[in-house]
Amino acid sequence: MNVFDIVGPVMIGPSSSHTAGAARIGRVAYKLLGEEAVKAQILLHGSFAKTYRGHGTDKALVAGILGMKPDDARLRQSFQLAQQAGLQFSFTPTHLEGAHPNTARIQLTGASGNQISVQGASVGGGNILITQVNGMPVELTGQYTTLIVLHRDAPGTIAAVTEYVGRLGANICNFRLAREKKGGTAVMTIELDGGLDPAVNREIRKLPNIIGSTMLEPV
Amino acid sequence: MQQLSYATIAGLVQAAEKAGVPLSHLVLADQAQQLERTPQSLWEQMDQSLAVMEESAQMGMRPDIRSTSGLTGGDAARMQAYAKGGSPLAGGPFARAVARALAVSEYNAAMGRIVAAPTAGSCGILPAAVLTMLQDRGASREACIYSLFTAAAVGMVIAQNACIAGAQGGCQAECGSAAAMAAAALVELAGGTPDQCAQAVAIALKNVLGLVCDPVAGLVEIPCIKRNASGVAGAFTAADMALAGIKSAIPADEVILAMKWVGDAMPAALRETAEGGLAATPTGRRLHRQVFGDQPAGEML
Repeated sequence: MNVFDIVGPVMIGPSSSHTAGAARIGRVAYKLLGEEAVKAQILLHGSFAKTYRGHGTDKALVAGILGMKPDDARLRQSFQLAQQAGLQFSFTPTHLEGAHPNTARIQLTGASGNQISVQGASVGGGNILITQVNGMPVELTGQYTTLIVLHRDAPGTIAAVTEYVGRLGANICNFRLAREKKGGTAVMTIELDGGLDPAVNREIRKLPNIIGSTMLEPV
Repeated sequence: MQQLSYATIAGLVQAAEKAGVPLSHLVLADQAQQLERTPQSLWEQMDQSLAVMEESAQMGMRPDIRSTSGLTGGDAARMQAYAKGGSPLAGGPFARAVARALAVSEYNAAMGRIVAAPTAGSCGILPAAVLTMLQDRGASREACIYSLFTAAAVGMVIAQNACIAGAQGGCQAECGSAAAMAAAALVELAGGTPDQCAQAVAIALKNVLGLVCDPVAGLVEIPCIKRNASGVAGAFTAADMALAGIKSAIPADEVILAMKWVGDAMPAALRETAEGGLAATPTGRRLHRQVFGDQPAGEML
């Protein structure tokens, strides 16, 4: 915690959890899609589902999907800007079992047909926790440079990836592993101090048992 | 310099007294060290935060401002007109401080750009205090920027030992923390000592212990906006008492602890769930239906 966590962040109101956090969840989805989105289907759970209009949660999510930061003054006009950008969007209040009260699940389709599904919660003070990417459990805050590495659950795979990252001089501050079953598909979420060149994804994909690697810059 | 832990207000006061500098100078130097940045870059960032505060206070004064829900807006303009034309009971600067707190909070509710301090729901209190010193009491811009570091340090201690979220500790944790932060900033801007800052923190927070978080329809509007006005009033009251040499019988760190205990004992209905207090009143429920249709407030999380 530092002084700017307390006097800050600078943000578009009215609510750090329902507006600023929502914009950040949208922005993570945008970054992971890696291109402009043309379609966004958004499921809202809990307090998000009940109060999204009054808090501007909907506008904030769309703003984030358009790539805006939580302090972007254009956030208020995000619906019109989405229309201009050719982004179609829909909101569906629903129930997501076991999810944090302020949760959104965003399904994006990009201009070139890429798709991504991101589920995240706004956990207070504008902080977020992304809990699912394409249905795989992850745990990332968006505060750090993050690698999301999809791989087969096999001995030595984690060591190979972390050793490679270590050789680049990057320090791991958080690490989480989830797997569907022993020997099945697994996902590493690696949060790092400092930055990394996105080209590392290409190198990580060359390592044994790696299915895919995506890097997310801090949002 | 040894790094500060922000574990106690007493520790901060002691370190400032030992170094013979105001709290803000100590905090700026320490944060630069901890964040591995130059003091100049931190200073510039805080300068920008002050500029956002100024802009939000100005924008929120517009008479036509309305929240997204349509429930609130226009009260800052009313207060400002009254401060100008009428004869405000507690004097002009005080009335303008109230107007500024309303303005920033109304601008927040209207999806304006604000500085969370410490939260968006309590974002009007610290700017109202500091901008009143800047615009009505002749404080320099430099001193005002410094004072935000003092306020932030107070907030860091509260966040570490209690909490600053209404969902956790009620409104005392949001507007109460903001008032305590603002009170410390005011004392420093008025030339008070670090110990007087601590006394003001203790007094400001003591005076709102138990304040519940009961937002109508779960929105950051009713009663949040007016509680920001009340928060800056409390900050000035506490700062003036501290500057008069009045001490809090209970030290600031113990008041913060008490705030945590009170928050822990608060039922969930009074912690931002919109199920109790003003949110549960007949009018509160009617306004909820007006904004969201027929969902009863009790279904909200």
